[in-house]
Amino acid sequence: MAEEKINLLEKRKAQVHEGGEFAMEAEKQSLAGSVSQRSCSFCGSRVVLYPIADAIHIVHGPIGCASYTWDIRGALSSGPELHRLSFSTDMQEKDVIYGGEGKLYNAISELIDEYKPSAAFIYSTCIIGVIGDDVEAICKKVQNEKGIPVIPVDSEGFKGSKKEGYKAACDALFKIVGEDEPDAQKVPKSVNILGDFNLAGEIWIIKDYYERMGVKVVSTVSGDGRVDEIRKAGRAHLNIVQCSGSVSNLAKMLETEYGTPMIRASYFGIEDMSKALYDVADFFDDDEMRMGAQRVIKEEVAKLMPQLAPYRKDLTGKKAAVYTGGAFKVFSLVRSLRTLGMDVVVAGSQTGSVDDYKLLTELCDPGTVILDDTNPLELAKYVKEKDVDLFIGGVKERPIAYKIGVGFCDHNHERKEALAGFIGMLNFAREVHSSVMSPVWQFAPRRAGKKLD
Amino acid sequence: MSCNCGKTCAPVDDAAHACTADDKAKCGCGPSGGNFTTAGTAEHRDSTSVHSVSSSEAGGKKLTGENFTATRNACKLCAPLGACLAFRGIEGCLPFLHGSQGCATYIRRYMISHFREPMDIASSSFGEESVVFGGRRNLFDGLNHVIEGYEPAVIGIATTCLAETIGDDVNMYVKEYISADAKRVNLPHILRVSTPSYAGSHADGYQWAVRAIVDQLAVDGPNEKFIGIFPGMVSPADLRHLRELMEDFEMDFSIVPDYSDPLDGPVWGDYHKIPAGGTPAREIAKLGRASAVIELASTIADKQSAASLLDEKFSTAVFRVGLPIGIRQTDKFCNVLEQITGRPLPAKHDAERGRLIDCYVDGHKYTFGKEVVIYGEEDFVVGMTAFCCEIGLKPVLCASGGKSGKLSECIREAAPELDPETPILEGIDFAEIEVAAFNLKPDLLIGNSKGFSLSRKTGIPLIRFGFPIHDRISGPRTLHLGYRGAQRLYDTIVDKLMEMKQESNDIGYTYI
Repeated sequence: MAEEKINLLEKRKAQVHEGGEFAMEAEKQSLAGSVSQRSCSFCGSRVVLYPIADAIHIVHGPIGCASYTWDIRGALSSGPELHRLSFSTDMQEKDVIYGGEGKLYNAISELIDEYKPSAAFIYSTCIIGVIGDDVEAICKKVQNEKGIPVIPVDSEGFKGSKKEGYKAACDALFKIVGEDEPDAQKVPKSVNILGDFNLAGEIWIIKDYYERMGVKVVSTVSGDGRVDEIRKAGRAHLNIVQCSGSVSNLAKMLETEYGTPMIRASYFGIEDMSKALYDVADFFDDDEMRMGAQRVIKEEVAKLMPQLAPYRKDLTGKKAAVYTGGAFKVFSLVRSLRTLGMDVVVAGSQTGSVDDYKLLTELCDPGTVILDDTNPLELAKYVKEKDVDLFIGGVKERPIAYKIGVGFCDHNHERKEALAGFIGMLNFAREVHSSVMSPVWQFAPRRAGKKLD
Repeated sequence: MSCNCGKTCAPVDDAAHACTADDKAKCGCGPSGGNFTTAGTAEHRDSTSVHSVSSSEAGGKKLTGENFTATRNACKLCAPLGACLAFRGIEGCLPFLHGSQGCATYIRRYMISHFREPMDIASSSFGEESVVFGGRRNLFDGLNHVIEGYEPAVIGIATTCLAETIGDDVNMYVKEYISADAKRVNLPHILRVSTPSYAGSHADGYQWAVRAIVDQLAVDGPNEKFIGIFPGMVSPADLRHLRELMEDFEMDFSIVPDYSDPLDGPVWGDYHKIPAGGTPAREIAKLGRASAVIELASTIADKQSAASLLDEKFSTAVFRVGLPIGIRQTDKFCNVLEQITGRPLPAKHDAERGRLIDCYVDGHKYTFGKEVVIYGEEDFVVGMTAFCCEIGLKPVLCASGGKSGKLSECIREAAPELDPETPILEGIDFAEIEVAAFNLKPDLLIGNSKGFSLSRKTGIPLIRFGFPIHDRISGPRTLHLGYRGAQRLYDTIVDKLMEMKQESNDIGYTYI
């Protein structure tokens, strides 16, 4: 078959940076017909709130939104697992015509009686925004009757991309904070870990590091989350926020209401993980804590480095493309890949800001293609043009890489291997190595004529 | 079985039955708030319109949970997914969802996890202004960009529940779009289907799309020696096998839709904007002149059926047989082919049938009397139940999230030896299947990957057949249809049963 030429859509050109002077645009609504990799604001809300394991999550709308989000992510819980169930009002035609309030009321009441959760989150989907069900009033009514928080989440899909959904989730979360004891005292040397979803148990790894350096963790939002812990989030001295922005709105509200400052963190890669620990010690300006952080890092890195060496040897000089949901993760991935000796030649995200991309451009080598809210055709184009050996992304990106014979690593919500922390770096190295060095690529047409080195 | 309240609640097999909260308060037939392994007294779930008689009790065991208004762990997906799958089976077609961006993305993610192939679906990416002012502008922009980016021969537009609810008239928009661009050459065929997800499941969406595709492409003309096959929601391996069978009958034919190549293709040297393969539009056009069409669907309603539509429009000869799963269902299908083509079953397939019966004999002691719960799309459940019955397995529950109202009738017809007490449940969810599994304690579960958590919780092994298979790699290549498909199903089931026997025997069940 003749080579298919892929051109950028005219209206997308400003969202792609191929070198030269930086003049990117970002944070725009996805272009209709561009086959964006983005999802919707319902998705954003669901991602953030879903890991709260002792709450029930009820999707108000027709069945699809609940079906597609039933237990698809790897958020683990050390206790209850209500989050792994999928509840929906499964609206039928007559509910759309006459309104779904009665059905919603019954659904929430019955599910609370049955599952005895600590709270219920009620997600509005697209058509709820159109038919105008008063979800808030129903929630209030059930909350009064059942005595647990019943929280509406304004997550109608058309309200925007994931980012708007993150905001709706933060608004919902903030309704729980401080609910029981508004004047409670701060807990000494304590933090909240925000924006980690405990994929493959990652929050347990991070929590362990902080506790080993003498930091107390008041709440984790939302990985391995519990309603009671989130209630107490106002008692921490510091919010450590991971992930570009999914919970930064919550952190801002905590700052305004409880005076708790926030710092950003990333737990991917040696550099960022170490920084995440030192930053906390610096915040508390506590030498004991600083030494604790140093001890943790020293121990972990000493274990890790010799194990990384053989992978690095094989991977040095290989080329990678990275495309993730949030932009912050891309920074960490660029650094992590560098630790393995690899060069990032394509990088981008679904929801980054212009500032994020500017930073990314500075972080990457000149000539790296930077993409905002891209699509399969553009990804395929650059993966091929840059002749990458590895693509890192999510499920939707995987077949793009595989189809043209390129190694791929999942770095998304469905991963089953912990990639955070020092141990995560080792897992990451192993996965990258097994993706890039597999002998199967010799059969792919793209490599068939080349020697596998 | 009827609700205790008598006054307000009709019997559960009354399709119109739905109790309001007030009714429940009055009659006390609402949920007790207890453990959901104890059964309730009436059916309140609005979405469950039809149950077969004695559906919620079997041998004195309660089978459904409390009467929940909510659907808990749905055993179905939404209509636009089915439509996108059907569109993917048309050559050169790009599926396009008119609505919010998330729908396209979720469906892509879901299908990619099963097929492990590119599944590009465009979206008109509604924002708030589209909801208020309608999605016309977004549709036009979307079509322009899709045509520019993908150069498709066909675009298949399906509506989401949002576009349906705001009342966007896609047919009119498309007419406007085409007339505004009348001078443009190579404008793709633009197919439309209305897929409100509150009106049916993914299986319905698939059938609506097939019917719409045929409605919009098939044209009249002098009869041709040509057979149309509507295969239903089956695997790429199934479609390939159907193709082989038809080729062996040496008759001109077309399978509509055929996503076997687009969704199970080779590695490429270069990225293909639209994967090769699929049914060409010109072949679908020929359906109006076909000597016969065969629809592999049992529970389909006339208003959903593409075959019925051809009958209405062109007086086409229509044969409807269920999915050919197992020997008897395949025999029916092959008989129809023999009748239409005037040829006997090709020797190759006859030999496969013979070898299959030989295997049935070899393995019959392992399967006989073993109890099985079957779930999935309705047509799949009909075929799989017929197959299980013919190999001596005993279905103790046949369940689907779909609700055609015909499931029970179709199963009884396809599997006459099925125990009359065996419950057949429509509109069911996994929470209810779980209750049934706890109570019935079957030996096996047969269905898609969504039964995984149930299997893990109950310890009952799950054999993954159907769609979606997300936690195994073999889903798209699992052959269910024809004698060869039955062979594959049979081997998988018997191997599993033998393994179970071997594993569960601690005094040393040896390897021979």
